[in-house]
Amino acid sequence: MILVLLILILMAGGLLAWLAGRSNPLLARLISLGVIIINLILTLVLYLSQEKSVGQRWMVEFSRNWIPRAGIGIHLALDGISLLMLLLTFLIGIMAVLVSWKEINKNTGFFHFNILWILAGITGVFLSIDLFLFYFFWEVMLIPMYFLIGIWGHENRIYASYKFFLFTQASGLLMFLAILGLYLVHGKETGSYTFDYQQLIGTKMSPTIEFLLMAGFLAAFLVKLPAFPFHNWLPDAHTEAPTAGSVILASLMLKTGAYGLLRFAVPLFPDASAVFAPAGMVLGIAGILYGAKLAFAQTDLKRLVAYTSVSHMGFVILGVYAFNEIAYQGVVMQMIAHGISTGALFIIVGQLYERLHTRDLERMGGLWKEMPAMGAMGLIFSMASLGLPGLINFVAEFLTLLGTFKVSILFAIIASLGLIASAIYSLRIMQKVFFGSKNDGVNSKDLTLREAVVLGILVAAVFIPGIFPQPIIKTARPAIMKIVNERDNINVTGARVPGNSAHRASVTVANLPEDNIPGVAKYPYSDLKPASIDLNKKL
Amino acid sequence: MTYLIGLIPALPLLGFLILALAGKLLPKKAVAFIGVGSVSLSALITIYVGWHYLSDLKEGNDITATIYTWVSAGTFTADISFVLDSLSLVFCFVITFVGALIHLYSVEFMRHEDGFSRYFAYMNLFVGSMLILVLAGNLLLLYFGWEGVGLCSYLLISFWYKVPEFGYAGRKAFIVTRIGDTAMLIGLFLLFVSFGTMDIKELMQGVADKWNQGSPLAVISALLLLGGAIGKSAQLPLQTWLPDAMAGPSPVSALIHAATMVTAGVYLIARTHVLFSLSPLVMHIVAIIGALTLLLAGFSALAQTDLKRVLAYSTISQIGYMFLAMGIGAWSAAIFHFMIHAFFKALLFLSGGAVIHLLNDEHDIFKMGGLRKKMPVVFITFLIGGASLSALPLITAGFYSKDQILWFGWSAVGSTPWLWLAGIIGALVTSIYTFRLIFITFFGETGPEPEHKAGAFINIPIITLAVLSLAGGFIEMPENMAPVQVFSGFLHKIFPAISLADEAHSELIFQFLSAVVSLTGIWIAFRFFNRESAFGSSFRNSRLNNFFLAGWGFDRIYDVLFVKPVVWLSQIDQKDIIDLIYKYIAAGTTFFHLLISKTQNGKLRWYALAFSVGIVLLLAFMILL
Amino acid sequence: MVTVSMEIQILVASLLFVIGLVGFLVRRNIIFMLMSIEIMLNSAALVFIIAGSHWMQADGQVMFIFILAVSAAEVSVGLALILQMYHHFKTLDADALNKLRDEKTKPNQ
Repeated sequence: MILVLLILILMAGGLLAWLAGRSNPLLARLISLGVIIINLILTLVLYLSQEKSVGQRWMVEFSRNWIPRAGIGIHLALDGISLLMLLLTFLIGIMAVLVSWKEINKNTGFFHFNILWILAGITGVFLSIDLFLFYFFWEVMLIPMYFLIGIWGHENRIYASYKFFLFTQASGLLMFLAILGLYLVHGKETGSYTFDYQQLIGTKMSPTIEFLLMAGFLAAFLVKLPAFPFHNWLPDAHTEAPTAGSVILASLMLKTGAYGLLRFAVPLFPDASAVFAPAGMVLGIAGILYGAKLAFAQTDLKRLVAYTSVSHMGFVILGVYAFNEIAYQGVVMQMIAHGISTGALFIIVGQLYERLHTRDLERMGGLWKEMPAMGAMGLIFSMASLGLPGLINFVAEFLTLLGTFKVSILFAIIASLGLIASAIYSLRIMQKVFFGSKNDGVNSKDLTLREAVVLGILVAAVFIPGIFPQPIIKTARPAIMKIVNERDNINVTGARVPGNSAHRASVTVANLPEDNIPGVAKYPYSDLKPASIDLNKKL
Repeated sequence: MTYLIGLIPALPLLGFLILALAGKLLPKKAVAFIGVGSVSLSALITIYVGWHYLSDLKEGNDITATIYTWVSAGTFTADISFVLDSLSLVFCFVITFVGALIHLYSVEFMRHEDGFSRYFAYMNLFVGSMLILVLAGNLLLLYFGWEGVGLCSYLLISFWYKVPEFGYAGRKAFIVTRIGDTAMLIGLFLLFVSFGTMDIKELMQGVADKWNQGSPLAVISALLLLGGAIGKSAQLPLQTWLPDAMAGPSPVSALIHAATMVTAGVYLIARTHVLFSLSPLVMHIVAIIGALTLLLAGFSALAQTDLKRVLAYSTISQIGYMFLAMGIGAWSAAIFHFMIHAFFKALLFLSGGAVIHLLNDEHDIFKMGGLRKKMPVVFITFLIGGASLSALPLITAGFYSKDQILWFGWSAVGSTPWLWLAGIIGALVTSIYTFRLIFITFFGETGPEPEHKAGAFINIPIITLAVLSLAGGFIEMPENMAPVQVFSGFLHKIFPAISLADEAHSELIFQFLSAVVSLTGIWIAFRFFNRESAFGSSFRNSRLNNFFLAGWGFDRIYDVLFVKPVVWLSQIDQKDIIDLIYKYIAAGTTFFHLLISKTQNGKLRWYALAFSVGIVLLLAFMILL
Repeated sequence: MVTVSMEIQILVASLLFVIGLVGFLVRRNIIFMLMSIEIMLNSAALVFIIAGSHWMQADGQVMFIFILAVSAAEVSVGLALILQMYHHFKTLDADALNKLRDEKTKPNQ
């Protein structure tokens, strides 16, 4: 029930805020803030009670019939990954509302209605395990965001909102076709026509059908992520959206694509995923490097940050197709890390825009003198962007690269070049915005209390998990183990056409010329501790 | 005792936190107190812990402190764990002690600067990160410290952020070292995937057990780690960032770019020496890199006119000596030279910085002169530092450390006479450029007047370091002079003893040669490179001089090979060429829309015609089929 | 009585229909278009009569009366609309009523 509440509270709050906004914009903002805080508290309660559900597949589950004839039910479920995503959602949601406090002044009620319904859609996406319902919420996310960009955005907003809408809608429709296809295939196989995720896992399909259906799902997720050739909607949408819109887009909506890959595309189609894996990794690497290259070249600060999103999400795709636990932990952590750090960068850009009324890097410079606090925040989040250890992004990128290294050395090495590239663009941000000498004679004020609180919370969110990432790893662990084990189990029992040796053919450590000492067993991983240390032995 | 070790890096980090959050609100005295105090406290704890350690040395116990599990995902685990053994103790001592002196010096040096608290915050963060680096028990934590010092280096180089060139220098440093860091990270991956652990002790044990001499995996991992080391230590080919890093304040150059951060590479190789020793090929490469770098940098220093750039190239050159020593298996000699170098190079930077500071930020040595009477303390200390750098025989510590390396360069099993030759030529060049610097800066009759006198905060640190630059060598005397080998004895648990090939020749000859070379260098500097000398001025205008001045053209090569292509590549595609696909799709759709919308012309008769035609076709269809 | 074969009768009716259709398509004056519609309606009614006489039932005649009534109603409404059109556009040219076109196309194509 609590799961349904999470969604309904947001939707009801949105309607309330719209009504209230007619008379009093402040009331709309307060309602919006309050509703999301309530949801955050509920999610924290769920987080604290995760111990109770050890061993179960889902921490919390809710199931009702909706359209039994079509096999559609309202089936919501929470596991470790969704829980972390929900925490991120509501945290960022609060930040988005706080950030738009002074920025949005016309149609405030409708604005907050849109924000809350986007959050409701996102929550629904993270919670649904009925495919029809999942698609329903996928579309619910879409329209309010279109309004957000189109009404409250910047100069080129109509173009950006159309582009965003068309890309996402078209790919979503392809996913819907695939959902229906899966429904029909499963129905033909087993006689039960259902949209339920748990029953659809393990559907026997011919490799071609499996690949085509997976492609449909991938269309939606790769566009949302965004993956390399489909990323073009992102710079425009992010740049033209109002700050709150950019924050929600970057921090949350991109994660729905990643979540979809982890939850649906990979488990439902294991063999097709294995076949696609090398291509997936290549897309990931292309995203990392191409996104970084483009980021470096931009003169519009917001567009620069948008391209860094493309680059960071490349790591996610890379990790998803590594199919091992370490990489998946890295992926989940990267989703959280990127959400927080890029959201914060967008917030800083928004604050700069409020003061300077420009996003042009050439017109900024030397701002540290007047705004040292903002400069320090910018520094922290730029360092997060480049993966400095001690911040959460490092743990994420490290785990992802390590997991990838285990299956493909070549791809991991190329992806690591992304670390150098990210240093180049992150330092460019600092240099162009905060360092150097001042250009205009505009006097800007340093952070207000509200802005400082928002950024301060995000600094804590990026710093504390960087030093103590274990809680996140522990929460995500059962869910990730399920995904990894389901793959291995299916292969072991031979119930499917074995196909995932495809991408193992690339160079792995096992293929390298090893110096096998005959008769001596290989050094086992981590289980055995070595004997007492005597370093002078062999020298 | 175990948690005392954790305190050593924690105190400066705590100082950083306080200064970063509240630095602007505190008065300058408080900021200075916290900044200097945290590092000094760490120094005291290090001395205390070290004293305890030394007294237990016979039992041979290293102190391990595991704070908590940092990351544990799947089969990967890395703890926050600190290990204190002889090697890390030496480094901790140098970092905290020299660091504390430099912090003290900074109080006066930065007194009138904007961003006083920001400076000390960054410096404390740096010391904390460096201590984490040397105390780290596993490679991931080491990497944590590694990147942390890189960050602080960037922040401190571009400390005076208003000048864009300084920002550029900071970025150059960060990015060049990042290239090395990425190589190191890949090496870390390789080691983890091979052994399932990041713990240094376990790794080295595993490496020793599992990999044979010359095994390809050992070679590759060692090369990757070497990549990281040469980035941080500014060796060939990643040495281009260090001279530009002189944009930072002089105490920063002293601490980061002389004594500590640039020696992180030395530490890394020494710490993983088991891995390196497994591969003679890599050892040769280390030694050759060291030899080539020391020569390249030495000659470059001859041509520099900026006081700090001379010292920067000198640092690159001296670290080349350390690499050379490690490459031939003379591990303790390298660490000994590291310690002595830290003393005299920090001294040189601090007293040189005093010169610059007191002359109102004048860096060009040709605009100086005659300063030996005007700032006597600075002069004497600079002279001592320079003498130690030039390895003036018997009285300076530099003599003992450099001589040891040269001797091993000739006589060690892993070495060739060419390496010794490179070393001795390098020593000659070192002597020349050092005393060229001293003669031009301090001697002569005319010159600018210093603005004011150096205060106690400047004088105390440089005098202390001067004493150490002279006396520090006496703990490790050559075997033929005195049976005092405290240092290598201290380190012998960690490093294997070096095996000498050539016992026949007496070490005395080589000591004599080094002494001669050192003194000859002084004479050559006096005679040929003095301010007035004709040779000096004609040399200054020569092509060779300009070649050396530009660091043998590496900056230009990298600019052409890497910087310009990358910038060009970004900028031609600024609008993202992939966007064109979607633009064309949209344009195509619009085109078809325009085409078909011609049929919607609003005329009734047209529509009726369409109906009729359609009906006719339908009927025909139905009739025919 | 002279019996005419059904084909001829239907042919006559379709001929009438075509005349009406062509008239509708060709004439620009809206009143003539209305008249052409009448002709088409009448031709359809004629087919009903033919069918009625063929099947010897009165239903055909009944339908004819229906159609007559319907066409009368429709003509009156149509004439009222034509009056409005004349009031607005000051012309009886059917092509003047093209405001529902796609705005990218030009008139008079």
